[in-house]
Amino acid sequence: MSWEVVIGLEVHCQINTKTKAFCGCSTEFGAEPNSQTCPVCLGMPGQLPVLNDEAARKTILTGLAINANINLESKFDRKNYFYPDLPKGYQISQFAVPIVEGGYIDIPTKDGEKRLGVTRIHMEEDAGKSMHEGLDAVSHIDLNRSGIPLMEIVSEPDMRSADEAIAYLKQLHQIIKFLGVSGADMEKGQFRCDANVSVRRKGEPLGTRTEMKNMNSFRFIKQAIEFEVLRQIEIIEDGGEVKQESRLWDSVKNESRSMRSKEEAHDYRYFPEPDLPPLRVTQEEVDNIKAGMPELPNQLRKRFETEFGLSAYDADVLTQTQALAQWYEALVAAHPANPKQCANWLANELLGRLKELGKDISESPISAQALASLLDRIADNTISGKIAKDVLDAMMESGKDVDTIIDEKGLKQVSDTGAIDSMIQEVLDANPGQVEAYKGGQDRLFGFFVGQVMKASKGKANPAMVNQRLKELLG
Amino acid sequence: MPFRSLSDIQAQLNAGERTAVEVAQLYLDRIKQYNDDLNAFVHIDAEHVLAQAQASDAYRADHEPRPLEGLPIAVKDIFCTQNGPTRCCSNILEGFEAPYDAHVITRLKEAGAVLVGKTNMDEFAMGSSNETSAFGGCKNPWNTDCIPGGSSGGSAVAVAAGLTPAALGTDTGGSIRQPAALTGLVGLKPTYGRISRRGIIAFASSLDQAGPMTRTVKDAALLTSIMSGHDAGDATSVADAPNFDWLTACEAKDMKGLKIGKPKEYFIDGMDEEVRAQVEAALKKCEDMGAEIVDISLPHTEYAVAAYYVIAPSEASTNLSRYDAVRFGHRCDNPEDLEDMYARSRDEGFGDEVKRRILTGTFALSSGYYDAYYLKAQKVRTLISQDFKEAFEKVDVIATPTSPIPAFKSGEKTEDPLTMYLSDIFTIAVNLAGLPGLSQPCGFAQGLPVGLQWIAPAWQEDKILAAASAYENATDWHNQHPKEFGGET
Repeated sequence: MSWEVVIGLEVHCQINTKTKAFCGCSTEFGAEPNSQTCPVCLGMPGQLPVLNDEAARKTILTGLAINANINLESKFDRKNYFYPDLPKGYQISQFAVPIVEGGYIDIPTKDGEKRLGVTRIHMEEDAGKSMHEGLDAVSHIDLNRSGIPLMEIVSEPDMRSADEAIAYLKQLHQIIKFLGVSGADMEKGQFRCDANVSVRRKGEPLGTRTEMKNMNSFRFIKQAIEFEVLRQIEIIEDGGEVKQESRLWDSVKNESRSMRSKEEAHDYRYFPEPDLPPLRVTQEEVDNIKAGMPELPNQLRKRFETEFGLSAYDADVLTQTQALAQWYEALVAAHPANPKQCANWLANELLGRLKELGKDISESPISAQALASLLDRIADNTISGKIAKDVLDAMMESGKDVDTIIDEKGLKQVSDTGAIDSMIQEVLDANPGQVEAYKGGQDRLFGFFVGQVMKASKGKANPAMVNQRLKELLG
Repeated sequence: MPFRSLSDIQAQLNAGERTAVEVAQLYLDRIKQYNDDLNAFVHIDAEHVLAQAQASDAYRADHEPRPLEGLPIAVKDIFCTQNGPTRCCSNILEGFEAPYDAHVITRLKEAGAVLVGKTNMDEFAMGSSNETSAFGGCKNPWNTDCIPGGSSGGSAVAVAAGLTPAALGTDTGGSIRQPAALTGLVGLKPTYGRISRRGIIAFASSLDQAGPMTRTVKDAALLTSIMSGHDAGDATSVADAPNFDWLTACEAKDMKGLKIGKPKEYFIDGMDEEVRAQVEAALKKCEDMGAEIVDISLPHTEYAVAAYYVIAPSEASTNLSRYDAVRFGHRCDNPEDLEDMYARSRDEGFGDEVKRRILTGTFALSSGYYDAYYLKAQKVRTLISQDFKEAFEKVDVIATPTSPIPAFKSGEKTEDPLTMYLSDIFTIAVNLAGLPGLSQPCGFAQGLPVGLQWIAPAWQEDKILAAASAYENATDWHNQHPKEFGGET
């Protein structure tokens, strides 16, 4: 009997506000421990939270981007538990009425698009960080992160494989970066994921789920889910029962281990946060936020395919980030004749070179305008595509413009019939045997002659003309 | 002098008859003389008090005096102040010194007040007798065998015994009005949201409100006008709250046309007969001054105490989670592990009443009981607000006794928390509904002061100030003071 995997995901995403969710402290990453704290985020007696409106605005924007409903009145609740890095002894969160409810994300699968439900997005505050390493027998607390605003994005249990889960996460990650609502840097813990995993035999009710906590790499999430699925199937097939528990993924040992079981699970005693009035927004405010929403990756992909005739693959590559998509559009605007060629040169040539330099498109040493002029020189036969690659290297290195480089290096394509004819004649004279063989029917040798002529011209001969004249001269 | 009102002292200062330093010294002397007997203050820094008074005199020499220029004001130990300890009279806050002033403290300072010291209170404001203070109870100056009421008992005693002309308290279920009543003072709890709670150590956030304890209605109005106003640092502090001229509101000389509601649920069997008689007499007096007494009903009053003792401990149980020995306050010796540190530090730091309420609140919020307790209590709260709303369609203000009994003997009720909880039976509903309430002296029962409570619709403190001022004008109860602590007047 076949097994069905059921996965639901909870993503904690730091919202990139300048100041914390409920106080004016800076949210900048990597400062001296406890340097970005105040009496509010330290939970000092008598101190009160005041909501950062920007965090709400960005959560609403995210909700709109995943086609969700915005609750014009939402509420804050307290989630109570004791932990040293939780200064107040409770986290301010949204439990009963979150700000965003009921959206979806479409992911590509081999059977076409699949729609995955998003249950809700609520706002909450991050906790601090406990540090145990290198401090023998004592733990230290850094509360710089305490109070940084988070969105918790909770999916429906709609994913049926680790691959679907990763596709959902990547899509979400991309949308969030497009919206500019979070740095979403996974290494900095700005985008973290809990995965709820259960298995069942097809057609049976939901199995007992376990929760894999706090993962921040797509690779580990995939490994963890796959490991967990196999572990659960093995338990059931051995006649055992899966325990409802939280588990931690150990990326060094490539295995998960139990964190705490349901028996010791917390009773969070959620109740309405009396220090904060309900969060009210007007439909007009929501509409204004919507009006400012950038074009999202899915829309962009579709537009690139239809408007520019790109392949699905190219469209996907060029919409990975907003900066890249904008760069591509600038390139097409400057060289409108051939959007497909623009895509190839950007995706294959420029991005490849940037990758070797470890740079992002935003750090490209040449502009879209400069790459467009290079493509112009190919189009007007000044240089060949092959030479153009060398020119691009030179442009990347020196930052000089394309014409200067062509002049300086004497790379101008030879399109003069007389010059080409004499080069061809030299090659034919030097290889009488091959000419004989060609005429005797060995057509494959045509390529050999082309290569020899191009070599003789140091790549500068116009390849189309070489082809044409060779055919004529070989008769 | 010790029993003069703020406005009298202000007049003397303005006339140049005394300096702020002389005034401060006079009260410091009285504190020195009497505080050991009364235990009203838990922290005094005489040097700092005199320095503030000197600064005030210097300011006055060069400027127009500010609204509270040179006036000594004591504050409950629940208000965070940068100078000296703030402990909420709890051992858990051992060694804590706030690096900030509460918003109201800043306002008082900016108005030129001289802050006298920290007054005794029930631990974390949980109590009605001031007997749960970690620093020991304080004594009612009218009869030192009796409690002064709570939780703002220290502030009440400090004013009643003439150790300061005015003090600040906080009122979560009656903690300003009840001790004011039991010590013969004016105590005002303003509308919830009128005064910022920032820097006031939280007991029950949705109920807590700071207010003045004074000798006269006008003094209460003066202090409240300074303390109130929007604070961007407290999201429950109301911006653009309806306002009025606080001192003008106190100029009423009669009660012509005033409709006073008399709720039958506040004149119940089991209340002290002398208290009832005094309050009835006070209402008769109001009638003589032109008021119309209207019998009304607030039918859900009987559920107020029960709802309060679910909501307040629920909020308190989580508000007090921050006292975890991690960042400040008391930490037990040699904890074995984290759990042990939490458990033992909190066990050693909190007193019995605080523990009782943390446990009650934790239980009421726990999964499976939330609906039966917390949610139900919130529904009762809505019904209570509704009762008042309907009543105020018929009357301008409501008058009731503040406490069903006069001050009781120390130790008499400490073993029976439920009886103790009933001390606040007439004040609690006002907090649940977020309304303003004022207590003023209206006579004596068994030689102890009796309080008359006024209740108005939200934001209409002017109505109770007017009624209370007219009554005060026509009577002499506010001029009585405990003979034992007479001093010179």
